[in-house]
Amino acid sequence: MPLSLTRRALLLSSAALLAMQALPTSARAATSGRITIAADSEPAQLNPAIAASNGTFFIASKVIEPLAEAAYDGTGLRPLLATGWEGSEDGLSVTFHLRDGVRWHDGKPFTSADVAFSALQVWKPMQNIGRTLLANLTAVDTPDAKTAIFRFSKPTPLQLIEKALPVVSSVLPKHVYEGTDIARNPANSALIGTGPFVWGDYKPGQYYLLKRNPSYWQPDLPRAEELVFTVLPDRASAASALEAGDVQLAAFSAVPLVDLARIGAVPGLAVITKGYEALTYQLIVEINHRNEPLANLKVRQAIAHAIDKKFVRDTIFLGHATEATGPVPTNDPTFYTSDVTPHAFDIEKAKALLDEAGYPVGADGKRFALKLLPAPYFTETRQFGDYLRQALAAVGIEATIVAQDAPGHLKAVYTDHDFDLAVAPPVFRADPAISTTNLVRSGLPAGVNFSNQGGYSNAELDKLIDTALTTLDPAKRVELYHRFQQLVTQDLPLINVVDWTFTSVAATQLSGLATNPRWAVSNWAELALA
Amino acid sequence: MTAVLRLVISRLIGGIPVLLIVLAGVFALLEAAGGDAIDAYFASIGGGDAALAAQLRAEHGLDHSALQRFLFLLGHLAQGDLGWSVAQGRPVAPLIAERLPATLALMGSATAFSFTLGSGLGILAGRRPGSALDRLLSGGALLLHAVPGFWLGLVLSVVFAVKLRWLPVSGIETIASGKTGLARVADIAAHLVLPVATLTLIYLALFLRVMRGAMAEVWAQEFVLAARARGIAPRRILLNHVARTAVLPLVTLLGLQSAAMLGGSVVIESVFGIAGFGRLAAEAVAGRDPALLLAVILVSAVLVVGCNSLVDLAYGLLDPRVRPVAHRREV
Repeated sequence: MPLSLTRRALLLSSAALLAMQALPTSARAATSGRITIAADSEPAQLNPAIAASNGTFFIASKVIEPLAEAAYDGTGLRPLLATGWEGSEDGLSVTFHLRDGVRWHDGKPFTSADVAFSALQVWKPMQNIGRTLLANLTAVDTPDAKTAIFRFSKPTPLQLIEKALPVVSSVLPKHVYEGTDIARNPANSALIGTGPFVWGDYKPGQYYLLKRNPSYWQPDLPRAEELVFTVLPDRASAASALEAGDVQLAAFSAVPLVDLARIGAVPGLAVITKGYEALTYQLIVEINHRNEPLANLKVRQAIAHAIDKKFVRDTIFLGHATEATGPVPTNDPTFYTSDVTPHAFDIEKAKALLDEAGYPVGADGKRFALKLLPAPYFTETRQFGDYLRQALAAVGIEATIVAQDAPGHLKAVYTDHDFDLAVAPPVFRADPAISTTNLVRSGLPAGVNFSNQGGYSNAELDKLIDTALTTLDPAKRVELYHRFQQLVTQDLPLINVVDWTFTSVAATQLSGLATNPRWAVSNWAELALA
Repeated sequence: MTAVLRLVISRLIGGIPVLLIVLAGVFALLEAAGGDAIDAYFASIGGGDAALAAQLRAEHGLDHSALQRFLFLLGHLAQGDLGWSVAQGRPVAPLIAERLPATLALMGSATAFSFTLGSGLGILAGRRPGSALDRLLSGGALLLHAVPGFWLGLVLSVVFAVKLRWLPVSGIETIASGKTGLARVADIAAHLVLPVATLTLIYLALFLRVMRGAMAEVWAQEFVLAARARGIAPRRILLNHVARTAVLPLVTLLGLQSAAMLGGSVVIESVFGIAGFGRLAAEAVAGRDPALLLAVILVSAVLVVGCNSLVDLAYGLLDPRVRPVAHRREV
């Protein structure tokens, strides 16, 4: 049959398409009270009670609140859903007093039953951090609607529980989750909480929209009408969006370090380095102790001496980092000690140590070869991998870089142990017991990510880690963790290079930024557009 | 238009063996990449313990063999069920439906523009091959083609969105603007200008060069000399005789290009913050999500077959020699 389409029609329709695109000049005034934030990725799990991770908190902590948030002053904690708490003498229970007059976004009152449900049904069995931290939690008693008593089977230090509260204790509404498949509850992607913002909308690949909670339990808060997290996977675009005024805030170093100086000079924008103190990332070299040369302490010492931490700080991190002395970051207010074994940058000493260890320079100028796997999550971890390869070459160790994407890297290092050296960026979470001791503790099964999968085993260190887990006296725990830092720097199960926190770039009209040391992942109730 | 539909369907049926090979190949490649969906999930949430990993793997059927999982996916695809995306925690079908309009708008207009502009400029350049204008156009187009797409996108964005502030920096439309009808269409069009311009500038060269080359060849043919001898106006020779004959390879290229456009836009989508197919495919790979990746490929294949069928029909309209016999008119 003949088609009615002719050449003329074809050309005409092409011209019509052309005409449709005629530029309309758009007025781009910012909606009043709306703050737009650049988000570089979309978390795979939005429920912060299930995924206690910074990517999730960045968006979800504005809707779902923990029992307490980190603070700059006083005890280092600010009560949120709990008003106070105390531990028993024997360390077997912690009593939380809960805030009165708090309502869920659907209007139901917040009670101790919600806390008990979250702790026993979600944090302990499902959450990446809670599964180990709350392993000894046996029951949560609720004598009345405003009291929750956590019962442990072994003495549990209150200090550890307190330090973990901001990360572990996001409370979910029992009436929404009870009796459902918690992992697939629709409320996981349309969150219901008690926080200053209620869930508005989520368009995958485009944006998250949060709206002001008019009946928030803190009077006169939040100060912003709307938060929009716009998904901008390209970091240069995030910088452009800030400059153009389309975005008012980019957190977690969404603007590349090399662009910071330029962006900071743009009128109306400011670079902010505060608000990440309790979110310190540690750049470490993971070591596979199954490798024969690496099992030798002298070789590990030589590698530590071959790394110029100052160069890493100044050239890779452009000054936005601190040289690490050991497994606790220097900015930690409680546990840090500088009384550890230092490993100053000294190439000659490194060479001498390698000679002593029995690895002389071969005919080809090399001592031995290694496989180096830099974690792909940050530009800086990849760049440090390149640097480490050169630093090792300078002392005669030939390293071959194996670059993979995140899942490939994770499997190779933490499940298959197919590495000699790896570069990792673990997070220090306010207490070494939360996620730091795992990096050196022996006996963890294969497949535990961000843990000691290098086959390192040190009975003294293991014993110390276990003792600190059940030591109730805070001063004694601090002492134990000082010893922990000394042992790790002596025996070098891993090498700490630098510690870094992130930067934000914010429009100068914004106020209420960086109000606590976990600010980027806290509830932003005070954030306002002037 | 039932002819198009019939053609598309018969092509798709004919393409099933090829499609199967492609799907199997993609699945095997994704399997060969280290790590699975649970590793990808843990990478994004900062780790988890081995028991949790085992539990999640069992929940998502990842403890079965690769062959079992592939056959399971194929079985569901055959029934028209696109399956469940592990990486995104949602069914695949709505994911695809969400991303399709943005992709079609971006790719459709970019292809239309590069084709019309490219062939138009190609006619100008091919009017007198070797002339100064020809060198300028051909050289300029080649230069644009050689520029990396993301760079061109960023430069256009810096100039027109950041400095001049004429156009929005990113996104497909103003977020939660509440606009409807024509206002919304205008809003989307404004957001599409920069990404479409970037893609157009990059692909324009291809059409321009092919058009120009084909015209240069046609000029040398005898029927052009004959036309000139008959005293036909130069303008008429150019458009009706030379350009018309030369446009045929361009139409073929249009079909091929529609496939390249679908897959080749991931960088532009990232630069301009548009949630389209390219990024969805990239997310599927990063999340080790075979169900999502296979679905993206399947839908893309349908689109490409559709485009090529349309091109074939257009070919028949433009060139009487390739019309199906039954429709051929006596000349």
